[in-house]
Amino acid sequence: MTDYSEILKQERNAAWRAELRNTVQNKDRINIERVHMTEAEPHERIKSQTCEVNKGLTPDQARREASRCMDCVNPTCIEGCPVSINIPKFVKYIEAGHFLDAAATLKEFSALPAVCGRVCPQEKQCEAKCFYTQKMKKDPVAIGYLERFAADYERESGKIQVPKVEKRNGVKVAAIGSGPASLSFAGDMIKFGYDVTVFEALHEIGGVLKYGIPEFRLPNSIVDVELDNLRQMGVNFEKNFVVGRTASFEDLKELGYKAFFIGSGAGLPNFMNIPGENLNGVMSSNEYLTRVNLMYANQSDSDTPVLRGKCVAVVGGGNTAMDAVRTSKRLGAERSIIIYRRSRDEMPARLEEIKHAEEEGIEFMNLANPIEYLPNAEGRVAKVRLQRMKLGEPDASGRRKPVPIDGDIVEIDIDLAIVAIGVSPNPLIPACLAGLKMSKWGTIEVNEQTMQSSIPEVFAGGDIVRGGATVILAMGDGRRAAASMHDYLKNRYNL
Amino acid sequence: MNKIVEKQRLSELVFKFVVEAPMIAKSRKPGNFVILRVGTKGERIPLTIVDSDLENGTITLIVQNVGASSGKLCALETGDYITDLVGPLGKATHIHKPGTILAMGGGVGIAPLYPIVEAFKKAGNRVITVLAARNKDLLILEKEMREYSDEVIIMTDDGSYGRKGLITDGAEEIIKREKVDECIAIGPAIMMKFAALLTKKYNIPTQVSLNTIMVDGTGMCGACRVTVNGETKFTCVDGPEFNAHQIDFDEMLQRLRAYKNEEDQARKK
Repeated sequence: MTDYSEILKQERNAAWRAELRNTVQNKDRINIERVHMTEAEPHERIKSQTCEVNKGLTPDQARREASRCMDCVNPTCIEGCPVSINIPKFVKYIEAGHFLDAAATLKEFSALPAVCGRVCPQEKQCEAKCFYTQKMKKDPVAIGYLERFAADYERESGKIQVPKVEKRNGVKVAAIGSGPASLSFAGDMIKFGYDVTVFEALHEIGGVLKYGIPEFRLPNSIVDVELDNLRQMGVNFEKNFVVGRTASFEDLKELGYKAFFIGSGAGLPNFMNIPGENLNGVMSSNEYLTRVNLMYANQSDSDTPVLRGKCVAVVGGGNTAMDAVRTSKRLGAERSIIIYRRSRDEMPARLEEIKHAEEEGIEFMNLANPIEYLPNAEGRVAKVRLQRMKLGEPDASGRRKPVPIDGDIVEIDIDLAIVAIGVSPNPLIPACLAGLKMSKWGTIEVNEQTMQSSIPEVFAGGDIVRGGATVILAMGDGRRAAASMHDYLKNRYNL
Repeated sequence: MNKIVEKQRLSELVFKFVVEAPMIAKSRKPGNFVILRVGTKGERIPLTIVDSDLENGTITLIVQNVGASSGKLCALETGDYITDLVGPLGKATHIHKPGTILAMGGGVGIAPLYPIVEAFKKAGNRVITVLAARNKDLLILEKEMREYSDEVIIMTDDGSYGRKGLITDGAEEIIKREKVDECIAIGPAIMMKFAALLTKKYNIPTQVSLNTIMVDGTGMCGACRVTVNGETKFTCVDGPEFNAHQIDFDEMLQRLRAYKNEEDQARKK
């Protein structure tokens, strides 16, 4: 990475950057307050699954926020970014009003800036490493909002720039799965000059960005623009194709594919294995969200149904649980309740998602854990029995462990329960590759630096390696896998 | 997009489609299924692959018009395209040579049974097939089944063809008559439940292929979960075939009704 820090220095020394730094003194930059994101009113937004909650920044808001950034000599924010975006450069372009250059800078590093600007947990990444957070105990520069602004500005301007790609080298590589890991991989490999095909099992490209994250947080149309950008760079997409089943890895090798990136995700929903969990009206968050987000079951002209509860319990405290519970509100639930076994402080969901859920009237039953679902006369779920919990000593994750309070059991009336307690790696693809080394958790074992698996021409990243993480960590894996696959193929085929 | 090259009406409500899908034709094995979708707002429907033609690169699907989504498929004609088609999915049937196989097919379940009967026969087994339908007009694939069966027994509810009675009546006679090493039963869930009870009585290993509700068909949603030997399994990736004697059929029958109200409404549209 020494190369990269040199590049960063040179770019920081560019005349326009030096000049911009001198236009405002740092003590004045510090006094600007962090921008507030304009949001749709809670009572309005819960009427629609597609009404985006965050409205984005205006150009004036964006330039003002960008001017808070002091263009540090050592930009620690970049260390917090899994795809190492040159953050000060794009932020300073925004301050200078060169919004399209800001967007182009993002695209050098990220295949999905409009997505990341919406769903990244910036508060735990770049913004956590911002000088304001680290040294001044002030609100960080709103890097996430600015990323979204630049990407949205470019898209809405109609002047979408397609990143430059190297001359085609004729070597075919495959990405398996079309979620963030594979898309990030594909974006880099196409830039390096490879012939890249992304294989997707479902009928839509995008993986979790399409079937998982609801449109009020990430509109499908925004994902489609980013996909179109990759298409224009030359990436091929094959949907309705299960690698290992529709065609084997051997078949693909015969077709000329020299290396593979597996980004097939953690598709398998976990259940708690408690009595009554297979009753009608109890389902995984994957099923619930897929029916709505991918199959449009909330729309009257869709052939796919979804159960709409009046009183919906969602089990879990992660982003997926928030997505499911907020979706249930939008589908007309009178009560939508989060049931989480720890307290609000331990919730893995982003703070913004929890705040949005609270504003929308979601009830939180924290320190409670389902132990049984009970049916009505028709065999549908009618009640959930909850064990009340208290917090004990910290566990391996560093969070305080929930322990049952003896005898403190309550029952609540529900007509729909959604289980959002995590996912396991999908075994479908790895099962088709003899000799692929797997962990006991069913994840693919890789070299953490190179993302190379036990089979030299097979690389992997995202949730199939991590077992359940974030969009941006998956994208970071995709980038690292692309860089090391490039090295591997360069040596092998004298590219 | 996959082109329909042939459509044939097999009975009042049952249609056969031959569909272009060269890669699936090559990679499919008996017991595998596909998921297809008609139209951009269409539902994902799982259907077992009945047959394939390597030369022409086609697969054969048989579907019964029972609801809004299967109705959309049945309304397509030769030359039309199926919007999305993916497969082969699910584990293939374990084809081996135990000796004598008793195959039971009920209603449109005869279609997924056909490739399994073919494979067991080609593996050198003696295959006795019992087919059941409500009446003569609803019976499908009799000729094809006869080609790969040593004996075919037909049962109809009303006695309009073959013998009057339930599939289990015909099957039990065979079991009493000669040594049966393994059974396979495919049909409506209630038929499979009683087939399983019958063969359990005689202690004959039995497989059934389950037709649970599915969305993605790749293990992602869990809509297809079923209790097998006290454990929750996903029909799409752990099945669709399971040991019949270990399945909680009552739970499965209940789960098939999960969207009954919604389905009734869709039919009225």
